[in-house]
Amino acid sequence: MSKALWRAKVDEVIKQWGKVREALLPCLEAAQEASGYVPQEAISYLRENLDVPAVDIYGVITFYGMLTTEEQGKYVIRLCDSLPCHLNDSDGMLAVVERESGVKAGETSPDKKFTLEVVPCLGLCDKAPAMMINDKIYGNLTEGAVKQIFSKLKK
Amino acid sequence: MEKLLTRNVGKADSADIEVYLAGGGYQALKKALGMKSGDVIEEVKKSRLVGRGGAVFPTGLKWELTRKISTEQRVSPWMPREEPPSGWRAASKFIVCNADEGEPGTFKDRILLLNDPHMLLEALAIAGYAIGTTQGFIYIRGEYYREIEALEKALKQAKAKGYLGNNILGSGFSFDLMLYRGAGSYVCGEETALIESMEGNRGCPDCRPPFPAQRGFMGRPTVINNVETLCNIPSIMVNGGEWYSRIGSPDSPGPKLFCLSGHVNKPGVYELPMNITLGELIQNYGGGVKGEFKAALPGGVSSSLLTDLKVKLDYKSVAKAGSMLGSGAVIVLNKDTSIIDVAKNTIDFFTGESCAKCSVCREGTRRAGEMLARFANSGGRAKDIDLLLELGEVMYDTACCGLGQASMNVTTSAIKLFRGEFEQRLAK
Repeated sequence: MSKALWRAKVDEVIKQWGKVREALLPCLEAAQEASGYVPQEAISYLRENLDVPAVDIYGVITFYGMLTTEEQGKYVIRLCDSLPCHLNDSDGMLAVVERESGVKAGETSPDKKFTLEVVPCLGLCDKAPAMMINDKIYGNLTEGAVKQIFSKLKK
Repeated sequence: MEKLLTRNVGKADSADIEVYLAGGGYQALKKALGMKSGDVIEEVKKSRLVGRGGAVFPTGLKWELTRKISTEQRVSPWMPREEPPSGWRAASKFIVCNADEGEPGTFKDRILLLNDPHMLLEALAIAGYAIGTTQGFIYIRGEYYREIEALEKALKQAKAKGYLGNNILGSGFSFDLMLYRGAGSYVCGEETALIESMEGNRGCPDCRPPFPAQRGFMGRPTVINNVETLCNIPSIMVNGGEWYSRIGSPDSPGPKLFCLSGHVNKPGVYELPMNITLGELIQNYGGGVKGEFKAALPGGVSSSLLTDLKVKLDYKSVAKAGSMLGSGAVIVLNKDTSIIDVAKNTIDFFTGESCAKCSVCREGTRRAGEMLARFANSGGRAKDIDLLLELGEVMYDTACCGLGQASMNVTTSAIKLFRGEFEQRLAK
């Protein structure tokens, strides 16, 4: 199922950008978005279609924080720990998020529900401490607010 | 002061083209297309607008550099594509908008992208006309989902109305824009790393020169401007460069978006002329410090700490005070803050975001992190205080890009201003 999905998305990008190396990052992003990670088959497909060595493709994937070859949880939690959030107790929030989600920073839960990442600045410094869960923004976090967010997600 | 950049922020549907047009939108583009491209650049030069992304390079000069490089003079020959890309033009020059906002404490471009995307699109079309290209890109950070959505919608609207695309407003000038999404890398905001990223590589900065204005995307001259910088362009075109150059501080004309965060009561983005002081910004706009003031970073975690509230927030005055205004990300620290904790947090950030190309940055940030961790656990070594200062100097002198050069600024300024805090945390 997911294969057809990423293929369609990647082909869309190639149609827009052409079969050129400049299309690599947008293609990888499309695959990541469709499957939740960059599957091995997608790497082979891009190697052939964009004429980029596989080692270069791995190099690009490992460079960027939002790309990964490992399966991610349904909910990818990105908690900011840059200075403005840090000054507003992002450490404290991390402890709460770890407790509520049941995963430690940098890990994915065995049931593939949650992936927790501590990330640099998300540009939400006016709502510090802040986090994103997939594409949703949660700012001005408190222990109570985090508990409420997770009680909904865990349902 | 009348607001230029944020004048539409807060209006209902401000991102919609109809609202933008009703407020005089795309008149600047119309005017520019009626002028010679050289005169458009003259007007920008007269405004004395400088880059708002942090590097403070004169915008008009950058445009002129790229405009003057003719096809024959290109620094690097380019290979024509056998299979031309379908969605964009392989033009001989490019304009790229840097929307890869990532400096901790900076969230000004997000406000512009979300609330007034058409102002940016109009500015890019003007810039494209001025430098003589038919293709532009917006490199936007991948985490800005809502902003990407707003831009995609705005692009569609502008194309449908004929403000982008072929033969814009019957002028014979054609210009297209594509979005390029980043994928979570701070260093890609550095212009040569940004180009590497667009070319499908790891985002490692290159040595300059050649500057992207000479040799950029696909080896062709490329102007790279920050979102906020570009958003000044429509006002300059409508009202004239002369008019713009009289706004605010004579040394640093024009409005600036200040991002206020940290220990303040009212964090947010404030559009102000660059003649207010740090204290006025915090007191009159930020609602005062939460607690008692200790220090502030005027330009995000790449700048040095300031303790003097009387420093005027213009480029020259901040530099004279030993720091830099950068992108205008003012992070305020109160008296309860451990300066070692702040230094450690910033070094950990740079360690994670270093592209690891230069050994001095890859190793330097790590070793500095180890030393600061010892201080944080009250196990600091006396010799490390001076070692950190020296490491800061070495990295400033030898790192290839701004990330490595600036990564120790918070730490070294923390030692200079609050040496006592480090001495209290020595191993007993």
